[in-house]
Amino acid sequence: MASDSFPLPGSIALTPPHEISKTWLEVVHDWVSTVDHKRIGLMYIGYALLFLVVGGVEATLMRIQLVHPRATFISPQVFNRLFTMHGTTMIFFVAMPVVFGFGNYLVPLMIGARDMAFPRLNAFSFWMTAFGGLLLYFSFVGGDGLYGAGSAPDVGWFAYAPLTATAFSRGHSTDYWALSLLVSGVGSIGGAVNFIATILSTRCPGMTLGKMPLLAWMNFVMAGLVLAALGPLTAAQVMLMIDRYLGGHFFDTQAGGSAVIWMHFFWIFGHPEVYILVIPAFAFVSEIVPVFSRKAIFGYPAMVAATVAIGFVSLSVWAHHMFTVGMPSYGNAFFVLTTMVVGIPTGIKIFNWLATMWGGKIRFAVAMMFCIGFLFQFLIAGLTGIMLAAAPFNWQLSASYFVVAHFHYVIVGGILFALFGAFYYWFPKMTGRMLDETLGKWHFWLFLIGFHLTFDSMHIPGLLGMPRRIYTYEPGRGWEIWNLICTIGVLFQGLGVLVFVFNMIRSYYGGTPAGNDPWDAWTLEWSTSSPPPAYNFAKIPAVRSRRPLWDLKHPEDPDWKYE
Amino acid sequence: MSATPLAIAETPWTLPSKGRVGILSLIAAESAIFSIFVVAYLYYLGKSLAGPTPRQVLEVPIFDTICLLSSSITIHLALGALHKAKTGLFSAWWFATLALGAIFLVGTGRDWYRLIYREGFTIHTNLAGTTYYSLVGLHASHVTVGLVGLIIVMLLALAGKVRQEDAERCEVFSYYWHFVDAVWVVVFTVVYIIGR
Amino acid sequence: MWCAAATALGAPGNAPASPTSMFAPESTPAHSIYDISIFVLEVSGAIFVVVASLLVYAVVKFRQRRDDDGTEPAQVYGSNQIELAWTVIPVLIVVVLFLSTAQVIHRVQDARRPASALDVTVVGHQFWWEYRYPQYGFEAANELHVPVSADNQRAPTFLTLLSADTDHSFWVPRLAGKTDLIPNRTNRTWINPQQPGLYLGQCAQYCGTEHALMLLRVYVQPRDEFDRWVREQQQPAIQDPSVAEGRRVFEATACINCHTVRGTVADGRFGPDLTHLMSRDTLAAGIIPNNDANLRAWIQNPNAIKPGSLMPAMNLSDRELDQVTAYLLTLH
Repeated sequence: MASDSFPLPGSIALTPPHEISKTWLEVVHDWVSTVDHKRIGLMYIGYALLFLVVGGVEATLMRIQLVHPRATFISPQVFNRLFTMHGTTMIFFVAMPVVFGFGNYLVPLMIGARDMAFPRLNAFSFWMTAFGGLLLYFSFVGGDGLYGAGSAPDVGWFAYAPLTATAFSRGHSTDYWALSLLVSGVGSIGGAVNFIATILSTRCPGMTLGKMPLLAWMNFVMAGLVLAALGPLTAAQVMLMIDRYLGGHFFDTQAGGSAVIWMHFFWIFGHPEVYILVIPAFAFVSEIVPVFSRKAIFGYPAMVAATVAIGFVSLSVWAHHMFTVGMPSYGNAFFVLTTMVVGIPTGIKIFNWLATMWGGKIRFAVAMMFCIGFLFQFLIAGLTGIMLAAAPFNWQLSASYFVVAHFHYVIVGGILFALFGAFYYWFPKMTGRMLDETLGKWHFWLFLIGFHLTFDSMHIPGLLGMPRRIYTYEPGRGWEIWNLICTIGVLFQGLGVLVFVFNMIRSYYGGTPAGNDPWDAWTLEWSTSSPPPAYNFAKIPAVRSRRPLWDLKHPEDPDWKYE
Repeated sequence: MSATPLAIAETPWTLPSKGRVGILSLIAAESAIFSIFVVAYLYYLGKSLAGPTPRQVLEVPIFDTICLLSSSITIHLALGALHKAKTGLFSAWWFATLALGAIFLVGTGRDWYRLIYREGFTIHTNLAGTTYYSLVGLHASHVTVGLVGLIIVMLLALAGKVRQEDAERCEVFSYYWHFVDAVWVVVFTVVYIIGR
Repeated sequence: MWCAAATALGAPGNAPASPTSMFAPESTPAHSIYDISIFVLEVSGAIFVVVASLLVYAVVKFRQRRDDDGTEPAQVYGSNQIELAWTVIPVLIVVVLFLSTAQVIHRVQDARRPASALDVTVVGHQFWWEYRYPQYGFEAANELHVPVSADNQRAPTFLTLLSADTDHSFWVPRLAGKTDLIPNRTNRTWINPQQPGLYLGQCAQYCGTEHALMLLRVYVQPRDEFDRWVREQQQPAIQDPSVAEGRRVFEATACINCHTVRGTVADGRFGPDLTHLMSRDTLAAGIIPNNDANLRAWIQNPNAIKPGSLMPAMNLSDRELDQVTAYLLTLH
């Protein structure tokens, strides 16, 4: 860890000698009306953290219900709402906002820009996302609607037709699902437009696309996927609302409509969506691992190519979620192939991260520990993905707890670990204070133990025949012990998160001052103060290589000689 | 960060205009939405269990189509005028674009009136009705949004506020209008050529 | 790690630890799936061992030493040969996995139906299973009986899968992979069970409130037992005069709107066929044993046992309840 900040000409913030004090109302007004990408980024992240806790509570309730077979802790109606809300919340109101939040905060800083290309659109996108979440949660209290059977949606986060038709979903619960996601979908598309325009049109002089930090590249590919994938979801939800309110027949099987076409439309969105979530996690790891290995990322062009390849191929794999719906054998075989193919560039990335660490001098800061956890866990998650890609294996494992274990391995073991790493790495930049490393280690180990207790054991009930989305199960199938271990792990994870939240609050007020560049890193965000001034850089920098600060710190051996 | 200014100053640093990139990104996202409605339309061709078929009730809107597609030409001419600072000519062509777009919408409205009240072909009649009104309606809603934009610029132009410097911004808006027209080419082909 | 777990979880031949383990296959499609699954597990396991070992090695060998001099290590930016190597090897692995998987897909999905096969039409309902035997002219519910398929007398069962309402999925892991039941769509699957016994499963596609309690029970029987069962099911309902009162209540209340009792006026299709109700071991799609007390409790208030069940409580008086139960208990 570098002990000192790196003073660079022109980058020190010129702040007044004392803070102007503001009333509460003025502070709130500042935040509500801000168009500063850093503040918007922080609001996205704060919003996501709040919903992470809410989604975690929903999961905890479900896990308690599933400890014993035939338990009566929660009724089936409530349980079905819980898993629907848990999935919808975590994907749309935790993972998406946090990914957009970090991207918003970091991309302009890392490409030497003063803000995103369209600051007002940025604010609009955030507020649309935020209101979408509030609308979804309003469903809990919004009441029963016309038919006396409403409340929160209970159709599953992918809302398969015709369960969502008015005949089977009376009241407004499904409407809350569709409308809240339509609203936040507008926010996502707005955010994606902004990322693309920012990355293509506002890079600082000298920063060609080939010299951009990998985080910028990966947010660029992610944004492209958002543009391609959110449309199908929006379209499908509009069709659903037309069915429910205008008497349409898109998914009305009684009128000749197709339930399978909903699945196609949803998964054409749904699969790229998970890449939208994981590619920014790759971005965090790609920035953190080099710094704590003290080596440049191995194979930058390959990493870019692999990411772009993942982006394109991920648009062609969607029906691996539908191996059991009765597609013909050649249809199934096609999706087996594309799904396995998308594993190739993904594997290449793991090898490149490995090669980055190889021959380096690895420092085990908490941020790096989380990234190492990511590497092992994402490897496993990818391999269970390959298992699921083999359609016959999938015919047993689909819609079982094996799938639930697989995607939680990706999202929690992969994305959330990388995200925790990102917090420890960039919290100093965002707040000017270091997070406490000791508390961080407690957070890491508690969460790691909990994660493995829960999600390693979760694979087994799936192999033993336990389907997902069941509020209870029969005794005597060999599922009880694994469900118990799974629930115990939740306790450890909860404790880990509590330690993390405590760490953030304590460090924000009393942590060690960070300085500009506490990690001795190499990208542009570390050249400005912590936190950066509103205008980011006093002078827009000009760069000559992928690691501008390395060039400055090592004038005898700059990167641009080798690139 | 002025370590090596010489190397940078030699090559001028130009990046694509953010307005163009932004609108093209939006168009990409909108295309994804339209594609799904087109797929649904094509998938459900011939699958209605009852009710009138498209062939029985749809009349090919030749005149409206010519109007809408011509509006792409008029908006292009308007921008050409604005680039040369001919604001009067710009206003004229811009108004023509607006009028042609409005004619298209009115024509669609009249056609729908006929379909609904005389032919009994509605969004809930059958699969054909659902997919037809959704697809054409989605397009019409985008024409409407475009028309609102055209009207705003028209009012600004009449107030004398649109000048040569604004040509780039109007150009960006015109991309959206061209997109709306291009979508109509696809919708027309799918609904009135393939679908009948 | 995976292989050990897999073999521990399933021991084909003797009673497995779990009656729903995919690693204890007893039917041809389940066997095919098992074989390819083990292969995929082995390949994945090998990849894991190799890559994880390298990761562990890297993390241990290249950590910063306590006595580090603070210099930066040699900066290596990449290597085209290495990138090529670790692209080609995964491509080869994918080719092998894809080809072996495609072969199994074809073998299972495109299997030709032999003339000796039994046809059963499965109709999924919220929240019960309807079984139609078109070759024998009767319908049953919730407990599927099929003949065992010995080597010398191949008698696979070919299932046609339909749905009356929302999506369901037929999943009996020891017999086959799951296939969905989707409204307005006809799916097909097949089983070829080689060991008699009772095979368990449950609905595997979320279908509403009581998705969790839509259990599957498949009775694989020796040929003679199966034939006897078929003959019994083909008979119209037993008409026992001693329960005439109960039958009258049954036929006067709305029961007949949903249920069929062959040979009587009851011909409803919304709920399970009750003609041979007492030939079944369980009620309400496998969730409670079929006996006097449970039957009575179920009729009295289905939602107390299966909240969200679509059978309403008919608010019968105690006397009527006893009479109806007595009537139904005679329907062997």
